Amino acid sequence: MGHHTNMRRIIAVLLENEAGALSRVVGLFAQRNYNIESLTVAPTEDQTLSRLTLTTFGDKGRIEQIIKQLFKLVEVVKVMDLVEDDHIERELMLIKVRAIGDGRQEIKRTADIFRGQIIDVTGEMYTVQLVGPSDKLDAFIRAIGKTPIVEVVRSGVSGIARGDRILTV
Amino acid sequence: MTDMLSGGDMLIRALQDEGVEYLFGYPGGAALHIYDAIFKQQRIEHILVRHEQAATHMADGYARATGRPGVVLVTSGPGATNAITGIATAYMDSIPMVVFSAQVPSGLIGTDAFQETDMVGVSRPVVKHSFMVKVAAEIPGIVKKAFHIATTGRPGPVVIDVPKDTTEPGELAPYEYPDSVTMRSYNPAMKGNPRQIKKAVSAMLKAQRPIFYVGGGTVQGNATAGLRTLVQLLGFPLTSTLMGLGAYPGREKQNLGMLGMHGTYESNMAMHETDLIIAIGARFDDRVTNAPVKFAPQATIVHVDIDPASISKIIEVDIPIVGDAAMVIDEMLKLTEAELAGRDKDDVEAQGQALAQWWQTIDGWRAKHGLNHALVADDKPILPQLVVQMLYKVTKGNAYVTSDVGQHQMFAAQYYHFDEPRRWINSGGLGTMGFGLPAAMGVQMALPNETVACVTGEGSFMMNMQELSTCLQYGLPIKIVNLNNQALGMVKQWQDMQYGGRHSHSTYSDSLPDFKTLVEAFGHQGIKVTEASELEGALETAFSDSMKDKLVFVDVWVDPHEHVYPMAIKGGSMRDMVLSKTSTAES
Repeated sequence: MGHHTNMRRIIAVLLENEAGALSRVVGLFAQRNYNIESLTVAPTEDQTLSRLTLTTFGDKGRIEQIIKQLFKLVEVVKVMDLVEDDHIERELMLIKVRAIGDGRQEIKRTADIFRGQIIDVTGEMYTVQLVGPSDKLDAFIRAIGKTPIVEVVRSGVSGIARGDRILTV
Repeated sequence: MTDMLSGGDMLIRALQDEGVEYLFGYPGGAALHIYDAIFKQQRIEHILVRHEQAATHMADGYARATGRPGVVLVTSGPGATNAITGIATAYMDSIPMVVFSAQVPSGLIGTDAFQETDMVGVSRPVVKHSFMVKVAAEIPGIVKKAFHIATTGRPGPVVIDVPKDTTEPGELAPYEYPDSVTMRSYNPAMKGNPRQIKKAVSAMLKAQRPIFYVGGGTVQGNATAGLRTLVQLLGFPLTSTLMGLGAYPGREKQNLGMLGMHGTYESNMAMHETDLIIAIGARFDDRVTNAPVKFAPQATIVHVDIDPASISKIIEVDIPIVGDAAMVIDEMLKLTEAELAGRDKDDVEAQGQALAQWWQTIDGWRAKHGLNHALVADDKPILPQLVVQMLYKVTKGNAYVTSDVGQHQMFAAQYYHFDEPRRWINSGGLGTMGFGLPAAMGVQMALPNETVACVTGEGSFMMNMQELSTCLQYGLPIKIVNLNNQALGMVKQWQDMQYGGRHSHSTYSDSLPDFKTLVEAFGHQGIKVTEASELEGALETAFSDSMKDKLVFVDVWVDPHEHVYPMAIKGGSMRDMVLSKTSTAES
């Protein structure tokens, strides 16, 4: 099926919190040649369930297949494509940069603009914490420009639908 | 009162409670507690194979012939990995199977212990689901779930990995076999959406050039009775995938035979020219569609399948119906009958005329390039097609026929007409050479009074011929028909057609065993046939009452130069076919 544009999708999955369930999800993506851009997983308030959010790319046919194949996994309880409707996505980034001389002020100002926090300071380093949609985190990396980045840790996307649309058992 | 049992005893007891009659397996260190539990009971018969791959194919053959799940027991490590090919074979063809793999004791898992393999990990891409037992008390619940998952929805193999310590004879736990299974994460759809079914029926009653395209799902889903009534009621042509042969009677006029890469001319032409495809339990496999972008350009497509992921995977369909084939067909039938009863006379006549014209076109294709089912023995090298035609005649079309993979498989599919479902047993999806003999053994175990024939080639046969010993042990009177062309025929055919006749590693004629002597060494009967004039007599002997209790191997030396035709032209539409060594039909 091709000829459609590639779309970025955020897929939310509720799965049984059992040993091996995550490896089935990851294995499915490898086995069927689907991309995973990011993946986050943790138990929910109900300890028997895990919630997984993954971001992927593909045309309409491929995204449909991904959702169907995910749902086919016996441990998967529910699947939702968050991008189909209003939703919120958030990602956490911890970024360690070399901050010396005038650069220290510049990084502080940029972090403030992006509503980031400096959570660790040494004479030469700042560690900035930033939360937002992935493109905001990308924008921050671009904005700090020439400042040397020492280390970046990103959590991957977590997402939730807006309003009444819920993913629950 | 609840019985207190060890894990090993529980496992066997659970299989008894599940109604299992045969367990196909091979012992080894990690499985010994379970084997001791088998020794202490009589209700389940264990069949000792000679290689674990064969155990899975036997269970598979048993399942395909009966519709009941096949059950396998292997040890850890190499026992488990040897079973993988058979598990993958069952997975690709949606065959219900439960495989127990013993595992090293829990405390040793992850230490690279002797005969340790991560079976859950290794089997993951080729199972419907898998379990690892943590404590003995879980065993009854896991077994119940495994059978439920293997046999419902789109069937498939389920692996249960059993660490040795969970089967320890001295450690007892209460045994209670559950009556039912509820799983919030697994509820396969059964009934089709009535609105979609209505849409499909109204498309069917308007179609001018319709065709049913049915696959293994109609066989596995026990949908063939309803299918036959529906197809006859509508008077539409029907074509079948390799896996669907037998869903509709093979010799009836409405049946155009197999479609796809080696399908009949009339099936492939009809699929290209049709205005309505009613696909049921088929999955638009690449061996069917040829180039998807050129597939059935004028067709509206109805697709009935129990697996939503099969729908619009390769070809985008217009009217998807997710559901159990038998249930959806029943609904279609009711609705069609009701609609036909209240139908306008002019509409009836208009569709009748269109159909008559469609049939005229199809009959024209059939007459022009249909398969010749009236081959005669002459003094030329034996045609492999003639052997299958003769087998059909000698067995009166009543045999259960298993096959391996390659040219002989296609000849069997083209020339043996299956009037009933579950009689044609072959590895369609994975294409597993070595499947035929053990699959035939599973069929014969399940149906001891039926005639079971394995149509094979010498290449495939040699992949699991060690099972001739198992056949002797259990007295399995299978009839093996070996289309011996002294080469890997299908590979050689492709090399003839696409690689300038360079037969890279596809021949071994100077090193083949004498099969007659070989099977006799295993304690069976061998017959060698090199002349067409001897063929019928040899087959008559093999299937005669005097050989009723014997395994007979008929080694037929066939024309090594024969190709399978028609053959789809790569990258083309379904009407693009090579028809013989000298002719093609191209759009």
